Amino acid sequence: MTAVLELDDVSRAFGTLRAVDGVTFAVAEGSRHALIGPNGAGKSTLFNVVGGALRPTSGRVLFAGRDVTALPEWRRARLGLSRTFQHSSVLLHCTAAENVLIGVQREAGLGGRLLPAPKRRRALLDRCAALLDTVGLDGRSGVPAGALSHGERRQLELAMALGTRPRLLLLDEPAAGMSPAETARLTTLLRELPAEVTVLLIEHDLDVVFGLADTVTVLHLGRHLATGTPERVRADPSVQSAYLGVAP
Amino acid sequence: MIGWFDAHAVSMVDGVAFGLLYFTLAVGLSLVFGMMDVLNLAHGTLYLAGAYVAYLLSDGGWTGLLIGLGAGIAVGLAGGALLAALTQPLAHRGHLDQALLTLGLSIIGAEIFLVSSGGETLATDPPAALRGSVQVAGHTYPSYRLVFIGIAGMLALAVYLAFERSALGALVRATVADRDMVRVLGVDTRRVLFGVFAAGSVLAVVGGVLGAPILGPSPGIDGHVLVLSLVVIVIGGLGSVRGALLGALLVGEVDTLGRAIAPSYAAFLLFGAMFVVLAVRPRGLVAV
Amino acid sequence: MRRLLAPAATAGLVAAPWLLDSYAISLASRILVLGLLAMSVNLLTGVTGLPTLGQAAYFGVGAYAAALVARAWTQIGVLHLAIAMVVAAAVAAVTGVVAVRARGVVFLMLTLAIGELTYSAALQWDTVTGGSDGRATPAVTPFWGLPAVTRDGHVYLWILAAFLALFAVVAAVVRSPFGLALKGVRDNEARLRADGYPVTRYLLVAYAVAGGLAGAAGALWVSLQRFVSPSDLGFQVSAMALIAVVLGGLGSMWGAVAGTALVVIARDYLGGKLTGELSGRGSLLLGLVFVAAVYLLPRGLAGLSRLSRRAPS
Repeated sequence: MTAVLELDDVSRAFGTLRAVDGVTFAVAEGSRHALIGPNGAGKSTLFNVVGGALRPTSGRVLFAGRDVTALPEWRRARLGLSRTFQHSSVLLHCTAAENVLIGVQREAGLGGRLLPAPKRRRALLDRCAALLDTVGLDGRSGVPAGALSHGERRQLELAMALGTRPRLLLLDEPAAGMSPAETARLTTLLRELPAEVTVLLIEHDLDVVFGLADTVTVLHLGRHLATGTPERVRADPSVQSAYLGVAP
Repeated sequence: MIGWFDAHAVSMVDGVAFGLLYFTLAVGLSLVFGMMDVLNLAHGTLYLAGAYVAYLLSDGGWTGLLIGLGAGIAVGLAGGALLAALTQPLAHRGHLDQALLTLGLSIIGAEIFLVSSGGETLATDPPAALRGSVQVAGHTYPSYRLVFIGIAGMLALAVYLAFERSALGALVRATVADRDMVRVLGVDTRRVLFGVFAAGSVLAVVGGVLGAPILGPSPGIDGHVLVLSLVVIVIGGLGSVRGALLGALLVGEVDTLGRAIAPSYAAFLLFGAMFVVLAVRPRGLVAV
Repeated sequence: MRRLLAPAATAGLVAAPWLLDSYAISLASRILVLGLLAMSVNLLTGVTGLPTLGQAAYFGVGAYAAALVARAWTQIGVLHLAIAMVVAAAVAAVTGVVAVRARGVVFLMLTLAIGELTYSAALQWDTVTGGSDGRATPAVTPFWGLPAVTRDGHVYLWILAAFLALFAVVAAVVRSPFGLALKGVRDNEARLRADGYPVTRYLLVAYAVAGGLAGAAGALWVSLQRFVSPSDLGFQVSAMALIAVVLGGLGSMWGAVAGTALVVIARDYLGGKLTGELSGRGSLLLGLVFVAAVYLLPRGLAGLSRLSRRAPS
């Protein structure tokens, strides 16, 4: 097993609060890896440290074997690290297709082009349409993102993230606010992603977590509690005490 | 080195005077922005109004100045209340609209001034007793500038103490830092906002009344003082009284010394100062 | 119907010198030049979401560059245009380093400061700019082999040609991948960063492009006025361009030009009709337009026909 992401003793403090405290674990290539923990466990902070929006106070982040601790967010994205945000984060005044095109055109190396490239744009828009299809937004490509429902925006965001052909996909609560049908669809979709896409997700819906993840990492109060298969993590006494307050 | 200071002593004292003048404007602009995100582009118009009031009422004696100050305070209160009342309803619409509104008001104000002044610079005399000059350490200073420095310095100190030390100041600082939290604590933030808007406006108008003999009412002066105050708060740091004071003195010195030493390049020097400060401290000298 | 709109408008613009009197033609020339300035403001404010009050600075840099070239070297208009564009873009790239780190109203504040300091510099640096006396220039020759344009109609046609070319370029930039990225920054900067865009670098390029466009407008202003002075880059010029963009509807390039027409007509034409104490005070109307626009037309002229666009704040 090769690790696509390795965290080496990563800490991030805000003033005196240690939101992430000496966390070490690895995410294996091709895995569906879930990050869980009670509120305030430091999951989102850790995501921001991995994505590059926040610099760790100490420790190292390795992506595909390369130390990316000092790289800005956009450089990491270009190495194949893509993410969604906890609160859906789409371009409200752009159409669904344009939203996806943003990442797709960057991945195709066109992002900084100052003049239109109609032929290539058409080809890229075909890809966007296919991606919208994949996430279940077929027929919505011309709709401004601001006019989409909450669940649809989450689906759109997934299409946007996939558009950059990521090696590692970071999903921050992808099922939040989704209907049960949408959640089931999302789970299937994530399970069926090609093996070269690794998924690391934060999720509160434990049905999603245990239905999808092959590996689970538990954080508690900024610290790493356990990493392992869902069965082993579920049986881990320290995890039980973290969630239930006392050992059962 | 000492020779250099000696040669430019008059300019440096002038720099302090202009710095304090800019402070009276910048502090209101900065707090209004810090508290309610309103960029009041009509702030320079308040100065112009104050200077014009001083011009109209100055009679060469102390009475004229005192009446001018009284009238200035009244104009400032009215202007501040009007501006606050006009910009409040736009609060939910984003900053651009508020900026455009105050911009429109400043254009209207400038045009009204042009019509009533005939487009001239209106020389405004200080009270007769302060018209001469005094000798200090071998240099000749205009008396009024020294008195102005004294009064404006005390004004600045009073504002600083009120803001940093008083209970009211604490409330204002808390509102700058987290408006919603203060509201949750049961304080009517709208009254705090109105109060700061009014106080900031009074300061700007009073600055105009006192500053008229130094920087008199003339076409374009409103934009000039507005921009220098903006530079002051950008350099000093938004929403900070201490930053406004530091920034104002720095801008006053750079601008005045620049005009004295290299008149063709004074604007570049000011721009350079802003550039350097922002490069080293992107959020200004005193970041809130 | 819509497809015919652009060709019809272009044909009307080309035919204008044969239809309008000399005053109206010079008014139209002014609208085209200031319309380009408004488009440069729109590129930053409407497309990218950075409200600016400093574009008159680059307009002025371009105007002085063109005037200096005209006095010292050549009367060829396209050379003026090219040089003004490059110089203004370069100045914008340098000053932009400070500006593009800010957002929202702080950006507005910084650009305003840049604009006013440039105005002061134009006033003070008299060995180059002629100070408050300004610089007069000879009539411009649009292209090698053409005669110098002296009649209002000919000047207009030269400006129109440059305007149409630049309008096409700007429209292309807005439709380019880069243009989409700028709209993305306006809507959601964090998303763009996470998608692999070096946002600050993009904003600096946008700032330089907008500066170059404003500089081109400045060169055309010199073609039109045969004179440049610090008042051409004053605060009111930036303010006018910004209100024109807001009136025209943020993000819409034709709207920016239409907004400019409205503002210039209000200030110059209607303002010229003011009499008595108010004669020559056209800017008073401009101020009233600002206040009216904020309260009456929150989405601009383009907003009248478009439903769901909201001004990015």
